[in-house]
Amino acid sequence: MKADATLDCIGLYCPMPIAHTAKKLEELEVGQVLEVLADDEGIKEDMPAWCRTTGNELLGIEEEGGGYKVYIRKSK
Amino acid sequence: MPEKVTLVVFSGEMDKALAAFNIAIGAAAMGMEVSMFFTFWGLNIIRRNEGSTKSRGMMRKMLNFMNRGGSKRLPLSRFHMLGLGKWMMGKLMQDAKFPSLDELIATARESGVKFIACTTSMAIMGISKEAFIPEVDTFAGVATYLAEAREGKVNLFV
Repeated sequence: MKADATLDCIGLYCPMPIAHTAKKLEELEVGQVLEVLADDEGIKEDMPAWCRTTGNELLGIEEEGGGYKVYIRKSK
Repeated sequence: MPEKVTLVVFSGEMDKALAAFNIAIGAAAMGMEVSMFFTFWGLNIIRRNEGSTKSRGMMRKMLNFMNRGGSKRLPLSRFHMLGLGKWMMGKLMQDAKFPSLDELIATARESGVKFIACTTSMAIMGISKEAFIPEVDTFAGVATYLAEAREGKVNLFV
């Protein structure tokens, strides 16, 4: 998936990935896509929950080699 | 209107403080408005690590000598083992690249979490305003807490 920006959260545990995601998304324009790289398994549940709460769109989560790539479209 | 979250931080142990700040930072990242009310032993978390402790009266002086406070002096709630357990936990956190309590306090601040210190506990225990880190926004009582909590969807006691 193509992203407008990438945020590296490898090695970080909850709540840092969502805290960094919230901050990073502020820099993006509405409609742009952020890619978040993470390796804490909790991200699989946490990022959808974060998106539901904040009203951003979760485009997908790709799993590869023990890590995760999460794609979020800034929706507002 | 953002949703409100309040946390009453009563405990003064490092592990409980970590849990409280984790939730606060997570809630702020989810766009919620977060207030942390520090009361009783919880006040120790937001006391300065350095500087003298001034309080009036023999018993308060003794209490503040033993209960010095400061984010670096908090014990673990279990397996503290005169500080050895705490040192080990700190090491494990460092290995896992988990932020220290001080870093979590700073992150919470940057994400707009409000810090409120309970004036009643301060008076009983003889802790002055100067004893706290400058990040503390408000010195207030239970009405301030309840005014926030009644609008809050998530209200926790740690």
